[in-house]
Amino acid sequence: MKSRSRSRRHTVVGLVLTALMLFPVYWMLNVSLTPQQDMRKDPPDLFPLHPTFEGYRAVLDDQLPYLGTSLLIGLGTVALTLLLAAPAGYSLAKLRPRGGGALGLILLVAQMIPGIVMAMGFYGIFLDLGLLNSWWGLIIADSTIAVPFGVMIFTAFMSGIPGELIAASRIDGAGTFRTFWSVVLPVSRNALVTVSLFTFLWAWSDFVFANTLDGGGDLRPITLGIYKYIGNNNQEWNAIMATAVVASVPAAVLLVLAQRYVAAGVTAGAVKD
Amino acid sequence: MAVSLRARGGPPRPAAKPHSGAARRPDRGAVQRGARLSPALRRRLTALAYVLPLLVYLAAFYLYPLYRNLDLSLRDYTVRSFVAGDAPFSGWANFRKVLDDPTFGPAMRHTMVFTFVSIAFQYVIGLALAVFFNRHFRLAPTLRALFLIPWLLPLIVSASTWSWMFNSESGVVNYFLHFLGVGPVGWLTSPDWALTSVIVANIWIGIPFNLVILYSGLQNIPAELYEAAALDGASAWQQFRRITFPLLRPVSAITLLLGLVYTLKVFDLIWIMTKGGPGDSSSTLATWSYQLGFGTLLPKFGPGAAVGNILILIALVFGLLYIRVQRRQEA
Repeated sequence: MKSRSRSRRHTVVGLVLTALMLFPVYWMLNVSLTPQQDMRKDPPDLFPLHPTFEGYRAVLDDQLPYLGTSLLIGLGTVALTLLLAAPAGYSLAKLRPRGGGALGLILLVAQMIPGIVMAMGFYGIFLDLGLLNSWWGLIIADSTIAVPFGVMIFTAFMSGIPGELIAASRIDGAGTFRTFWSVVLPVSRNALVTVSLFTFLWAWSDFVFANTLDGGGDLRPITLGIYKYIGNNNQEWNAIMATAVVASVPAAVLLVLAQRYVAAGVTAGAVKD
Repeated sequence: MAVSLRARGGPPRPAAKPHSGAARRPDRGAVQRGARLSPALRRRLTALAYVLPLLVYLAAFYLYPLYRNLDLSLRDYTVRSFVAGDAPFSGWANFRKVLDDPTFGPAMRHTMVFTFVSIAFQYVIGLALAVFFNRHFRLAPTLRALFLIPWLLPLIVSASTWSWMFNSESGVVNYFLHFLGVGPVGWLTSPDWALTSVIVANIWIGIPFNLVILYSGLQNIPAELYEAAALDGASAWQQFRRITFPLLRPVSAITLLLGLVYTLKVFDLIWIMTKGGPGDSSSTLATWSYQLGFGTLLPKFGPGAAVGNILILIALVFGLLYIRVQRRQEA
C-alpha cells in the first residue's frame, strides 16, 4: 500500500519534471499558433487561446521546396552511409582485415573532429571541383557525420552474429558476398534501422555544412529555410516557429516509431555534433 | 569478388542441396584459384575488399579536407589566391596572428567556460534524473523517452526557440522572472548575459544524452546491493554515495569525456543564437573560426583555418584521453 502511494508520487514528480523539460517545445508550438498582433503582447499568452494557422500557411507557401530538399538529402545520405558502412562493418566484425584495430581507432577519432573544420576543408575542395551549392555535394559532406558512427554500430552488431550461422551459409555453398547479402544483412536489421534513423536525422538537422557549402544553391535544406526566416523577417515568429515545428516532425516520428532504436543508438556511443 | 568466383559454374558437389541451384554451388574454378592464391591470402583480400570503399572514402572526405584545412592555415590566402590556389607559404604566420589577436583570449576563455559549465550541469542533472527514473514507477519508460526530445530536435529548431524565449521585450523567460520580482534581462543583447544564455540552451540539449547513458549504466548495478544496503538501514542518500556513485564511476568518466569532446566543438547553437556576439561576448573558438572564414565579406581563410586546427588539437587531447579510459575499462 505504502509503495503504491510512493509510486504514484514518483509518477507525479516525473510528470512535473517532464513538463518542465519540454516547456520550450510547448512554447514553440504555442508561438507557432499565436497571431502576429499578439506576438509582442505583455504578458504573453501562455496558451493558444486564439490559434491562427497563418504561420503554417507561410510554411506551405515558402518552405515546401526546402522540406523536399531536406528529404532528398536525408535519404541520399542514408543510402551512401549504408553502402559504405555495412560492408565495412561486416569485414571488421567477421573477415578481420589487417589493421582493423587501427581503423577502429581512426573512426573514433574521426567522430571528434569539429564540423566547422570539415566545412572549411570541404569548402576549398568543393570550390575547386565546382560542387558548391549542389545537393549531392551536401550529401557527401553530411555523410561524414554518420559514416564513422555507422561502421562502429555495424561492427559491434555483426560481431554478435554467431559464427555457426556464417559457417552454415558457407557449407550451403554461398560465397562471401552471398553470405553478407542474404544472411548477415537480414539478421542485422536492428543495426540497419539504428544507423539509418540517426543518419537521416543528422543529415536533416545539419546546419554547418548547409550554410557553408549550399548557401546560394537552388536546392537548399530546411535548416537554411529557417535560418533565412530568422535573418529576414525578424518579426514573424509564428512563421519561424511553425517551420521549426514542421522541421521537428522527423524527430517526433522517430521517437514514436523507433524509440528502442534511439536509446540503443545513444548508448552505443552515438553522439551528435 | 565472391560473385565472380561463383559465376563460373561447374559440376555439382554431391552434398549440395537439390534446391540450391547452380549459382550457389561451389565450383572447381574457385578451388583451383584458391590453390593458386593461398586461402589465407584470399581471405585477406576479401576482407580488404569490403573495407576498401570505406578506406577510399576516409582518405577523400576526411583526410583530404583536413589536409586542405592545414594547408589553408599555413598559407597567406586572399580571396583571389583562394580561388586561384597560388597563395604563398607563410609558415606559422597565421597561428601567430591568431594568438596575438585580442579575440583569442576571450574566445579561449568562453570555450572553456561554455564547455565545463555545460558539462557540469548536464551531468549532475542527467545523473539525478537517471537515478530518479531508475525507481520503476508508472509511466517511467514513457516519460524517459519524452526526455529525449531536446536531443533529437534539429539544433536550429532548439536555437531559434530559445532565442525567442530569451527575447528581451517579449520573451517568456523575462516574463517568468517578472513574477519573481526580477527586472527584464537582455539575455542575448547584453554582453554580460549572452554566454549564460547559450550555456543554458546547451545544457537543455545535452541533458538527454547524459540521462540515457547514465541510466544504462545504472542498469548494470546489481539490485542485490541495494537490497543488502536497505537491510542494513542505509538511507537513500547513503545508497547513492556508497553504491551508485562509486559503481557508476567508469560510465561517468566515459560520459564526461565524450561530453567534453562534443561540447568543445558546438557551433550551430551559438552561431544561430548570438553569432558569438554582442561583440565577442559569446564567441568561442568554433564560432570565431567560422566568423573569420565565412562571417564577413572579406574572408580570412588562413586565420580561420588556424583557429580550427587549434580547436582540433584541444579536442584530440580530450579525445585520446577518452579512448585511453575506454580501452582500460574494456581490458
